[in-house]
Amino acid sequence: MKFVFKLLEPNKVFSITSKAPKYVMALFIIVISIGLLEALIFSPEDYKQSHSVRIMYVHVPAAWITLGIFTSMTILSLSGYIFKNKNFFLIAKSLAPSGLVFNVIALVTGSIWGKPTWGTWWAWDARITSMLILALFYLMYLLTWRIYENKDYVFKITTIITLIGIINVPIIKYSVEWWNTLHQPASINLLSKSSIHSSMLFPLLIMTAAFALFSLLIFLMKYNTELIKIKNKGLDRL
Amino acid sequence: MINELIYMNGYGLYVWSAFLFTFISFTSLYVVTKIHYVKEKNKFESKFGALDSKKAEVARSQTINREILSRTSNI
Repeated sequence: MKFVFKLLEPNKVFSITSKAPKYVMALFIIVISIGLLEALIFSPEDYKQSHSVRIMYVHVPAAWITLGIFTSMTILSLSGYIFKNKNFFLIAKSLAPSGLVFNVIALVTGSIWGKPTWGTWWAWDARITSMLILALFYLMYLLTWRIYENKDYVFKITTIITLIGIINVPIIKYSVEWWNTLHQPASINLLSKSSIHSSMLFPLLIMTAAFALFSLLIFLMKYNTELIKIKNKGLDRL
Repeated sequence: MINELIYMNGYGLYVWSAFLFTFISFTSLYVVTKIHYVKEKNKFESKFGALDSKKAEVARSQTINREILSRTSNI
């Protein structure tokens, strides 16, 4: 385990994280271009929802990624607390802004999709409400970093926030099965047959890859900024 | 073809506004993150420039400091 921690030391990874963004950016532009062509032009319209189904190509990847980011933040915060490794907290902090933005995208595009399909912009439905609660956890997490100066205190509070917030993640996932909701059940299942046709699944996966690359890009930029911030403080101490 | 792409059977307004909102969110997040990065980097460079030669030598002995100084614009 110590070997892994040594490999992840900021001094060692900075040479990689500082060079990586330009390559990630180039790859993101290529993948998003293919994804947009597929999502807006080549993929078929739905027999029931017509062209409004195309909103799925931004709504679903954003929702998947925000859930993935929050889960990663929880694991990182908990690992940081258990192994007393500050770098884990730094990685979690660098992931949070893109997590929040993807959460907002999922909520807003879901709302836009709701109008033509359900006839309303918003409903206090289990899935939508639990996603809104997740956004509040993201906000609390980011505000904690901003408000408090004492780092040990921040590490403790942010770990508690993620640990409480992670309870909401399975609620979001299973809300459509546990309660009667307006939101449709999942069309893609890892363990059983998906109900989505391959002509729609392919653009969805491409867009998910593009969104994942974008969150990686933002994470790298934010992580580099945090490392430079630490080094700035180091120069003050010289 | 172009008209169909724009109007999408009457759903164009919804589809395009969802994609536009996503695009604006991505751009804003990228720009804000970039501004923070450039600000911290400039701060580092000016602090480093203000160091006397002995302290600058100590600071330069750290690989990460050399890496920061060597990358003027990498994102």
